[in-house]
Amino acid sequence: MERIGRYTLSLEKVKLDSWASVVGKKESEGPLGNEFDLTCEDDSLGQDSWEKAEATLQRKALEIALGKLSLKPEGVDFVLAGDLLNQCISSTFGLRPFGIPLLGQYGACSTMALTLGLSSILVESGAARRAAAVTSSHFCSAERQFRLPLEYGGQRSPTAQWTATASGCVMVGKEGPVQVQKVTFGRITDLGITDAANMGAAMAPAAAETLGAFFRDTGTLPEEYDAIYTGDLGQVGSTLLCQLMEKEGYPIEPVHQDCGLLLFDREKQDVHAGGSGCGCSAAVLCGHILPQLAQGKLKNVLFAATGALMSPTSSQQGESIPGISHLLQLVSVQK
Amino acid sequence: MKSMTEKEYAKMAQKASPNSPSGKNCVFAFVTGGGICMLGQFLCNLYQQWGVSLPLARAGVSISLIFLSALLTALGWFDNIARFAGAGTLVPITGFANAVVSPAMEFKSEGIITGLGVKAFTIAGPVLVFGISSSVVYGLILWFLRLMGI
Repeated sequence: MERIGRYTLSLEKVKLDSWASVVGKKESEGPLGNEFDLTCEDDSLGQDSWEKAEATLQRKALEIALGKLSLKPEGVDFVLAGDLLNQCISSTFGLRPFGIPLLGQYGACSTMALTLGLSSILVESGAARRAAAVTSSHFCSAERQFRLPLEYGGQRSPTAQWTATASGCVMVGKEGPVQVQKVTFGRITDLGITDAANMGAAMAPAAAETLGAFFRDTGTLPEEYDAIYTGDLGQVGSTLLCQLMEKEGYPIEPVHQDCGLLLFDREKQDVHAGGSGCGCSAAVLCGHILPQLAQGKLKNVLFAATGALMSPTSSQQGESIPGISHLLQLVSVQK
Repeated sequence: MKSMTEKEYAKMAQKASPNSPSGKNCVFAFVTGGGICMLGQFLCNLYQQWGVSLPLARAGVSISLIFLSALLTALGWFDNIARFAGAGTLVPITGFANAVVSPAMEFKSEGIITGLGVKAFTIAGPVLVFGISSSVVYGLILWFLRLMGI
């Protein structure tokens, strides 16, 4: 492992061995509907609370990822997990049955890149032979914590995003078909957006900051990558990111895609500016991006998940919304 | 990232963010809100035809609309109507009923007392606090005016 430039780490040995995605009904009706490992027709997943339903999403994602390697939980040295709920209870209760040492993480919707980046460092350093990175979000549990009751009759802002009911899990080891070549952890970036119904605008500067840092550190240009996936900026945030990157001198628009825009059909599914939530970028990564890298359809991509590090309390107290974005360079092992 | 002030970014963000479709929302609100008022008037006339006095018939209208909103909320239909109706369902008494019933349903998973009981007025609470407070203030003003013989 070597540090390149100011913020980027270059890794040599880390591969992604298996991955799994689990999504809810609405997500399965979206453009990527048939690419996920498991679709849950009932968003309650047979549980009596939304929090338990979300915990079940994580449990199932880890089970499937283990199953693909015919691996028992004992074969995993660490699980790095996080979600949006207070004290990360979806991770705690979802992963309780496995008995794997747990490192809880919070990066809001950037959690997939955060857990995957740290898992990669643990494997590269030899601290872990294999680590699992898992995150989830659930529309119903997020609504009741961050917004209003489900049955409340209100109108959403066109800039609002739709929290995905989804989970993704990646097994990080040394044998799989996708290599983690570089990791850049982002800095907190806040350009003063206070509207909690416009997360895309709040997070776009963080994505620009991390992408800019990566290009400067590595001396590469956006067009050298098959695709640059951001996590959950939605329509508004994606537009702003492309404008910011243009100003930075790294125009990304021709190769840029956003997980929040890929997961849902914005018009038909009435999701306003697009999808969001930890599970959104996690499910798109595990259901859509990694399989293409494994097959060699994509060779070299950047995955930069973005998170809004606010809470309902900080928003009510008038604080602006700090954004963060963590980035991974993922490369197909197939030549 | 190259330096950008919050002011510059706020301008950029505003330009990139679509506004709510106010014209469409107003038309929908007018039609649905008006429809609810018409239903209220219809019920009022109906109750009077059944021999109920006007004040009682009006109370009956409020109770009926609250019941209907609560029922539609419980069936999971109210939010789907309100998504289009907006202020049309929010402003009449129907909005208030929905604002109490929806958190009561949502938070029953945390128990009847600690969930439903605590959270039932989480949305409607401020309306009650400031509604009652302002009525006290107006009452006092009226009382002083009467004392002064106005």
